[in-house]
Amino acid sequence: MGAIGFKFVVFIVAALLVIVSSLLMTTRKNPIHSALWMIVTFFAMAVIYLLLNAQFIAVAQIMVYAGAIMMLILFVIMMVSLDNGAQEQKRFPMAMGTRLSWALVVVVLLVELMFAALFYQATAKVGSYPAEAVASLGNAKTMGMLLYGKYIFPFEIASILLLVGIIGAVVLSRKNK
Amino acid sequence: MEQILKILDIEGVRLAVGLLAVFLFVVVNALILTWAERKVAGHMQLRIGPKEVGPYGLIQPLADAMKLLGKEIITPRNVDKPIFYLGPIMIFIPVLVAFVVIPFDSYLQVRDINVGILVILAFSSFTVLSILMAGWGSNNKYSLIGSIRSIAQSVAYEIPLLLSLLAVIMMTNSLSLKDVVVAQKGIWFIFLQPVAFIIYFIAAVAETNRTPFDLPEAESELVAGYHTEYSGMMFALFFLAEYTNMFIVSAITVTFFLGGYQGPFLPGIVWFLLKSYFLVFVMMWFRWTFPRVRFDQLLNISWKALIPLSFINLLVTGGLLKL
Amino acid sequence: MVVQIPEMDFGWIVPEIAMTVFAAVALLLTLFRKKNSTWLFVEAMPLVGAIVALYFTFQTWNGNIDIFNNLYTIDNFGVFFKGLSLVILILVTLLSYRYIDREDMARGEYYSLLMFGTLGMMIMVSSNNFITIFIGLEVMSISIYILAGLMGGNAKSVEASLKYFLLGAFATAFLLYGIALIYGTTGMLDIREIAGYVNSGNFMVTPTFMAGLALLIVGFGFKTASVPFHMWTPDVYEGAPTSITAYMATGVKAAAFAAFLRVLFTAFHPFLSGWTYMLWILAVATMTLGNITALKQDDVKRMLAYSSIAHAGYILIALTVGDRTLSSTVLYYLLVYSFMTIGAFAVVIILGRQGSPNTGIESYAGLAGRHPVIAAVMAVFLFSMAGIPPLAGFMGKFYVLTDAIRGGYYWLAIIGVLNSVVAAYYYLRVVMYMYFKEPEAEIGAPDVSIGSTLAIAISVVVVFYLGIFPRLFLMIAHTSSAIFM
Repeated sequence: MGAIGFKFVVFIVAALLVIVSSLLMTTRKNPIHSALWMIVTFFAMAVIYLLLNAQFIAVAQIMVYAGAIMMLILFVIMMVSLDNGAQEQKRFPMAMGTRLSWALVVVVLLVELMFAALFYQATAKVGSYPAEAVASLGNAKTMGMLLYGKYIFPFEIASILLLVGIIGAVVLSRKNK
Repeated sequence: MEQILKILDIEGVRLAVGLLAVFLFVVVNALILTWAERKVAGHMQLRIGPKEVGPYGLIQPLADAMKLLGKEIITPRNVDKPIFYLGPIMIFIPVLVAFVVIPFDSYLQVRDINVGILVILAFSSFTVLSILMAGWGSNNKYSLIGSIRSIAQSVAYEIPLLLSLLAVIMMTNSLSLKDVVVAQKGIWFIFLQPVAFIIYFIAAVAETNRTPFDLPEAESELVAGYHTEYSGMMFALFFLAEYTNMFIVSAITVTFFLGGYQGPFLPGIVWFLLKSYFLVFVMMWFRWTFPRVRFDQLLNISWKALIPLSFINLLVTGGLLKL
Repeated sequence: MVVQIPEMDFGWIVPEIAMTVFAAVALLLTLFRKKNSTWLFVEAMPLVGAIVALYFTFQTWNGNIDIFNNLYTIDNFGVFFKGLSLVILILVTLLSYRYIDREDMARGEYYSLLMFGTLGMMIMVSSNNFITIFIGLEVMSISIYILAGLMGGNAKSVEASLKYFLLGAFATAFLLYGIALIYGTTGMLDIREIAGYVNSGNFMVTPTFMAGLALLIVGFGFKTASVPFHMWTPDVYEGAPTSITAYMATGVKAAAFAAFLRVLFTAFHPFLSGWTYMLWILAVATMTLGNITALKQDDVKRMLAYSSIAHAGYILIALTVGDRTLSSTVLYYLLVYSFMTIGAFAVVIILGRQGSPNTGIESYAGLAGRHPVIAAVMAVFLFSMAGIPPLAGFMGKFYVLTDAIRGGYYWLAIIGVLNSVVAAYYYLRVVMYMYFKEPEAEIGAPDVSIGSTLAIAISVVVVFYLGIFPRLFLMIAHTSSAIFM
């Protein structure tokens, strides 16, 4: 029981951190601060993954998102907005009324979703890899077997997706043919 | 002795003792390494190096540390304060994490995580992140250029680093560092994976921003790169982190390629430290032997040589394992 | 524990493998090509690849098999759309040859991305699993984002690419949210499993599930350019290279509708009453807005963009009716629509020159006098789009509207007819310009090439054939959509 209590506390802290940091991310004027808050968000998400016994996903989250992707985002921001000009501009050129109505829509949708999640019993089928099975198999091993076994076909197509992305990056950024 | 080991087995105690030990180790390690670096540098240039303070100048680093601690922490105007202060602190996150999972001896490991090496690699990018924060927060062009170089460098070298370790992981079938060490009971992986070892070590030197890959802090062009604006204790933190990182990459190299803590006669921890410090010495040796590479050379080495090579290595490893 | 993949599975995906291989070979040929040597081999790749793939696709007709642990499905519905996207690839390649040369685009990348895009379509139309559908959709989308921006020096092309990419990424997020919510409430990704579960009686409709469904419709609505998710369409269609516009308007739309149809009619059919209203509004809005905005366009390329939105609206009528036995009309409409659209865009390409696309409607003035054949084929395509018998467009519209009436959606049918009348105005306006207006300025000779002539000829023949003898292809469409019954 004590363990569950501890997990619950960790979850609440991580979840609040996700919400607060993502709110801060969207409201910061300085793009670098936004990016740094986003890293905090990713981190808190990784903690939630850990609570779900998904160590591999947690580590991958940190490695891929907080590590590689955010690094590149920061890199781009630094290269592009060295003159701090981007900070001065008004980011949402909308009238107050429009802004408020958008905000209202978003809030209503979020609240609705929250109620839906709280008051309706999920009727989902239990997957074939509950936490215990994963723990006994080892996380990376389970992932590997799924990726290279059951999901081999989408996995291979994803490699083509990456190839297409690389071609695009090269062909669009090349200056002269 | 056994009593102590038993107490150490309790999770919380283990963690607390571990953290304390890590802090002590970080400081002591940095003190020794600064002294060693100056001694090595001196002898390589036919000088003697520090010799006035204490026997062989051994107390010199302590004197330096006292001097740094006594200095004023200057906050330049117009810096981005939260980022400026967080930078040097953040640089210690990956250090702490790495010490948690590295097995110093068969029993000297704070926690054996089944994705251990991934944890180290995931957090190692935080070194770059804090360099970035320092560079951006300082509001200084040298700092910024230094940190931008640092990102380009780490993006380029993280790939061969990962791929070379992957070759070893394919042979051990485990991401846990302990399993990797145990798998080297018979023969060290440096003999089975010489190419991976060389790739890893080059990439590791680049990751620690050491000469010949020290472009982010190239004194001769960028003043001091990303830590130009830092003074006193804050500067000391970067300094500590650099030496600790040198030790960590050496420790990972030892774990993956040089049999970890295993060796005859002496206790494991001694072997581990001996091997690690030997590699640290090699890195110092590099510094006084090789000139700094140009930036385009730096990127070309990684993208055009190390990455294809490590892919081929991976392919060959996979093929041989299947046979 | 380890899931073994039976070797024979690969026999069923030969078309996909062929497409990948030919695309890769096109890239490699470009890489190792000597300066000033011929482009012929690179240019032949998409044609040869498509024909090879087409041949093997037809071999899998009536295959009906699930492969790779049910993550990929060979069925007639998939084969139909695979065939359609390969035919579209052939036509687009044909009309690209001269155009790419003229606009000086990166050839090797162009053709290989075209093939990768087609590969994405082939994958997304023949899977019953959300993961595969999504990845196929992404392969297709990313290829198109890049293709739209290939006219590097042209600011409009870059704008089109960026706009499509940003909004497309947003739409992808919606789609993925939808999939995630549905997965969260059912625990399944296979749409047939979801269908079984939804019908089993243990299932309780939750708002989360409905939110997932709504987000799915938003995501697919974007890809099919339905109102109100159409905002990107005119700018992107106008800015992108015209051959790519033709490809987007036909291939992407067909593939997106195919996946949409499969997902809605398999997994969510029991919620018919739930989404009928939503789709009804979507259909009416798409038709009406597309047609009315098209009225005011003076740029033919832009007008065709709005007209393609309107056509999406007609197809949505068939989706709204939601009768599984009638889903063949969607297939037939898409078939017809693809040919007439590609034909019309081919004429637009022919009339352009390097640097001056000549897409303004005044460029068409007096075309009949100067080039009677070109004017005549353009008129055929426009009449077909307007839905004038005996052309194929008429049959497509006829079946869709009959569906609506059979399903009891009289208002929908009436609005559809009214829309067709409105649409006729702007189609005929171009025809009027071509035949009854004197040219205002001298316009150079059209840039006719063998490739584009062939593409136009095929399209004209098919438009007439499908209009006069619709039976054969209607039967094929019917057999293909039998998977829903």
